[in-house]
Amino acid sequence: MSVQYQIFVCGGIVPDPLQTLDPVTAPAGPALKNEMMLPAVLDPFAWHALFEAARLARSSPGSKIYLVSLAPKAKLQQVMMSVAQKAVFDLVVIDGPASGFTDSNAVAAALSEAIQSVPGLDMNRLLVFGGWESASRGSGTTLQAVGEILGITDQFQGVDDLRIESDGSFRILERIDGGKHQVSTCAGAPAVLGWATGNLPEPPNNPQIGMTNMRGIMPALQKARPAKLNAQDLSYTSVTLPKQQRETRVVDKLSAEEIAREIAEWIKKS
Amino acid sequence: MESILCLLHTESNGALARPALEALTAAKTLAADLGDAMVDVGLIGADVQAAADVIAPCGARRFLGAAGPELGEPRYATDAAAAEALIRASGATLVVAPQTSRVARVAGGVARRLGGSADTHITGLQVEKGALKIARWYYRQRMEATLSRLKRPWILVVDSGCVKPWEGAPGKARVEPVSVELTEAARRSRFLGVQEPPADEQTIRPEAELLFVAGAGWTKKQADGHTHVPDAEKLILEFLKRTQASLGGSKSLVDISGEGQAVLHFMTHLNQIGQTGATPRHPKGLATCCHGEEPHTVGWRFVNERRAVNRDPSCGWARGKADVLYVADAFEVMEKVNALLAKQD
Repeated sequence: MSVQYQIFVCGGIVPDPLQTLDPVTAPAGPALKNEMMLPAVLDPFAWHALFEAARLARSSPGSKIYLVSLAPKAKLQQVMMSVAQKAVFDLVVIDGPASGFTDSNAVAAALSEAIQSVPGLDMNRLLVFGGWESASRGSGTTLQAVGEILGITDQFQGVDDLRIESDGSFRILERIDGGKHQVSTCAGAPAVLGWATGNLPEPPNNPQIGMTNMRGIMPALQKARPAKLNAQDLSYTSVTLPKQQRETRVVDKLSAEEIAREIAEWIKKS
Repeated sequence: MESILCLLHTESNGALARPALEALTAAKTLAADLGDAMVDVGLIGADVQAAADVIAPCGARRFLGAAGPELGEPRYATDAAAAEALIRASGATLVVAPQTSRVARVAGGVARRLGGSADTHITGLQVEKGALKIARWYYRQRMEATLSRLKRPWILVVDSGCVKPWEGAPGKARVEPVSVELTEAARRSRFLGVQEPPADEQTIRPEAELLFVAGAGWTKKQADGHTHVPDAEKLILEFLKRTQASLGGSKSLVDISGEGQAVLHFMTHLNQIGQTGATPRHPKGLATCCHGEEPHTVGWRFVNERRAVNRDPSCGWARGKADVLYVADAFEVMEKVNALLAKQD
């Protein structure tokens, strides 16, 4: 039984992990210093979710992927230059801050409104994908709230594998505590899946897919609606960098035996 | 005036895990800091009486139980319904819960359902002038924020390892049952079981004293121009066996596994530490053949003492990320470490 899924991958953008981040206080609350200048990437777990969506769409012909992103559209356009070459999708843009200091409830409201605004939305074919935790806020609560707003109570977080069974049901592996996986089954769409890393390597760039996507991406960016993130609930007292700076002792004159002895003693010392 | 619900779930054997007992400590400390806040305990599970008895003398005002065979299984629909029912029954404004996969799966959804807020990965709860502020990390442990919220109920999901677990002699608790309405829609998903490596192959040990991280260097060509992956596996497994350390990996190493190259067979994405991996808590950490780049080392935020073995004296570990960097060949060093540990056993 093959279902033509509507797969909405929710994914924001985050600063490239190699960048140095400094917090600053902006009029709207905490922010990152020179945030608009920092090179950005698609949020890493959402990145995996997109690959998994592409795999599912290939195995379920007729399925369609929508990438829903709340981000400054100028920044998002840069990120799309690389993302667009990975999988075929329609972009749905909400123009707003990509900051981790925004409220996940407000972000969820904006994302679900964007999903609901897509013409032809069919709850019986709807799958909401995303990363289980962002690399910015890292709360893992946004997708849950999106699911609640859309009325979806089949939700899975930390997903590493999704298999469609012959009867159309899902078999899902979720990460749980202690390096284990929980195995669940779900009757089918609609469902929310917050992905961990999954099992797929990063697909190679495909310029042809990139060209196809860019035809839709530019108009999507142009008609992006501004986000209304109402979060009067939340107030920050401070945002600081960790104070701990280690004075690294670089040991380059000891033999392997001496190093081994030092390490063994250190391990045994309680 | 705030009132507190400590929201816990039982394990498959009916017991309370360590994170649950830590959350109970956090709830009790918070109540004391707030002055006169009352603490209720809400329990979810197939049968919660035994768990309630274990914490009976904790000083809770009430023990509320959402119990039944279907609530013994971790599943969003039923867990969210149970949590919602318990929070409503207690009337709590603050809900303290442990950062377990089961709670983390539903906290945000339940808060949305109740018109409240949820914060996860909380590392500190402070009360200043009668108002609660929480501490949590942003940008994958790269900056720490203190924040407060107006909306209630406020679900506070506390990271494990931040407070000591509650301890006390068991007693007899009177559990007030709370009914949970489950519709047919709540049964569309079913829990089938838990998949885990055999006990002797489980390399992830959250309670271990030591985190041992293997980087991609273990699978690269060595001085003789050849790779020595079987030797690397043997050395690492022997070290893990002797120290009972928990194994972590860098992204580059676990990605190689996904690309089908000859790699360490026991290394999976579950072992990954860092930006797209775990941030475990261990007193000590030893990194080998790993460059110590920022996306990996953010996962070391809660590892106190850090040492690294790498042939590159200017790798990331040398730049304030480790206490000691040994510039050496990890194959040689670890072989000798294993020999010394064998002598000590």
